[in-house]
Amino acid sequence: MDDQYNLRLYVAGQTPKSVSAIANLIRLCEIHLPGRCEIEIIDLALQPQLAAMDHIVALPTLVRRLPEPFKRIIGDLSKTDRVLLGLGIETKRVPC
Amino acid sequence: MTLTEPDLRVVQLAKTPTGIPGLDDVLLGGVPSGRPTLICGAAGSGKTLLGMTFLVNGATRFGESGVLLSFEETAEDLMDNVASLGFDVAGLIAAKKLVIDHVRIERSEIEETGEYDLEGLFVRLGHAIDQTGAKRVVLDTVEALFSSLSNTDTLRAELRRLFGWLKDRGVTAIITGERGDGTLTRHGLEEYVADCVILLDNRVQDQVTTRRLRVVKYRGSAHGMNEYPFLMDDQGITVVPLSSAGLDHEVSGERVSTGVPGLDAMLGLGGVYRGSSVLISGVSGAGKTILGASFAAAACAQGERCMFFSFEESVDQLLRTVGSAGIHLRPYLESGLLRFETKRPSSFGFEMHLALMQRELDRFRPAAVIIDPVTSFRGPDSEVHALLLRMLDMLKTRGITTVFTSLTSSNDRLSQSDFGLSSLMDTWAFLLDIESNGERNRGLYVLKSRGMSHSNQIREYLVTDHGVKLVEAYLGAAGVLTGSARLAKEADDRVAAQHQGEEVARRRREIADRRAAAERQIAELRAEIAAQETEGARLMAQDQQRETVHQADLAAMGASRGVHGNGKDANGTAGHDPAEGMR
Repeated sequence: MDDQYNLRLYVAGQTPKSVSAIANLIRLCEIHLPGRCEIEIIDLALQPQLAAMDHIVALPTLVRRLPEPFKRIIGDLSKTDRVLLGLGIETKRVPC
Repeated sequence: MTLTEPDLRVVQLAKTPTGIPGLDDVLLGGVPSGRPTLICGAAGSGKTLLGMTFLVNGATRFGESGVLLSFEETAEDLMDNVASLGFDVAGLIAAKKLVIDHVRIERSEIEETGEYDLEGLFVRLGHAIDQTGAKRVVLDTVEALFSSLSNTDTLRAELRRLFGWLKDRGVTAIITGERGDGTLTRHGLEEYVADCVILLDNRVQDQVTTRRLRVVKYRGSAHGMNEYPFLMDDQGITVVPLSSAGLDHEVSGERVSTGVPGLDAMLGLGGVYRGSSVLISGVSGAGKTILGASFAAAACAQGERCMFFSFEESVDQLLRTVGSAGIHLRPYLESGLLRFETKRPSSFGFEMHLALMQRELDRFRPAAVIIDPVTSFRGPDSEVHALLLRMLDMLKTRGITTVFTSLTSSNDRLSQSDFGLSSLMDTWAFLLDIESNGERNRGLYVLKSRGMSHSNQIREYLVTDHGVKLVEAYLGAAGVLTGSARLAKEADDRVAAQHQGEEVARRRREIADRRAAAERQIAELRAEIAAQETEGARLMAQDQQRETVHQADLAAMGASRGVHGNGKDANGTAGHDPAEGMR
């Protein structure tokens, strides 16, 4: 798994959902994609023109730009299993 | 401070015109300004086109830019779809008067991983509005989100927030929604957008589609309550607020010619009243269309616009048919005074016919209209009657003189089902097909003509190379004489008249002869009397002489005897009337 991940997270302002999504994403990358994850956070409140360009409807939206193809994940990323599934990251089940 | 009635003008809702012909009339001005309006209808009912027209009209005619959030079609598709209507969408976009944003979400491409909202949509919309200074927004069809996103609770809450947000922004919004089963929209959008709801309907009955529009609610404003037919064609959307106009139309005392001098004369004063309705009934081939065309030609000859609705013949065929009867309509057609509308009655429903007719009448504004024939509308009598009644009202309120032709299956007018039309008409002329002596001829009589002293006679109706002619028909023992029977009768009459003349001359001669004879006799008698008188006088003179001699003799005798006569005898003899001797 030497694929480099390029993830872009769209939020709008400092809403509770934005804050928790950013926190969830950073934690997830540290655990599952250490060293091979590039994260870009875009605040649409500051760059509204990007919303239409990148076809954003729901917020927060996480877009996997690399590896291709593009994948979209919406929500505050609190359901880690689904985020990993959405990003296509294989996880080793660690028995308790 | 005194308590006063609230000023209604202040309370009056501000409205934004859609610019769609008819719709603004139904909405009494337009959709509510600064509020969302819901347009619901089934697939293909015209929601998108209505929304698009609202935006394009706003940008081109009312100086209001607009934003379209399209959830179904791409900007390119939308542009192509309306290009045929002459909408220069690309130009408007380039001029920053219109933004089309295609919002596409594929459910399969999306993973939902927790709490989310639709702030992205708000950002997009807000940005587009700010960019163009838009006053008009169309969301087409926002309910598509329900099939892309699974969290309906979130969606509902967000849509409610969206509509509130649109109001706060002060934009006039049109939100389209797909018709649901038993509800106006599939996901109950009408619960959130409650200010103005318009329902589009596309009904198929007897394989004929009729589009209808109804304003379900309009908070704070009156509106047309009915279902109104609307058209979607190369002219875009036209809503036709068909109304039964009632009986308050103005009447004119002016006469217009029917184009047939004989008929004008029959109607008295040279024609029918302007704005009146004329029904021409007759069997097939009786010459109804030709009479209608005469009327059209007469109107055009006066420089008036005329519209000919032909439901049975194509323009070319009709021109040829009436051209052969010496009625030349082509010049008027070319000069634009005359327009033909040729449609099969079955091409669409009654409502659509009326709607089309109304639109064309309002565009062309004719002074005269020919409808040939009304009987080609087939359907339940009550419906056809209603159709014709509304058609009549439509024409009358516009002051249009109209000729309806009506096909009957026999000469017996009473046996006909004319949908009760005849009683609505101002003038009713009946074309008869008279069959006698092995030939067919046409007759015409005026059955009624309101407010005119019309002739009660049956005239023979001749279609010549120079138009229609009405000839006095003969009433014989066997009925009306027409055609060769009339010609024969005319010849007979001429011979009889000649005979009569000869007889008179003979009698005159005879009388003169007798007068001469009588005068001769009188002269003879006079001569005779004169002769007798002369004779009488001569005799009397002789007699007197004789008497004188006798007296002289007597005197001489008396003298000789010495006796004086007493004179009595002499007097008696002298008083004797000489005429007595003649008797």
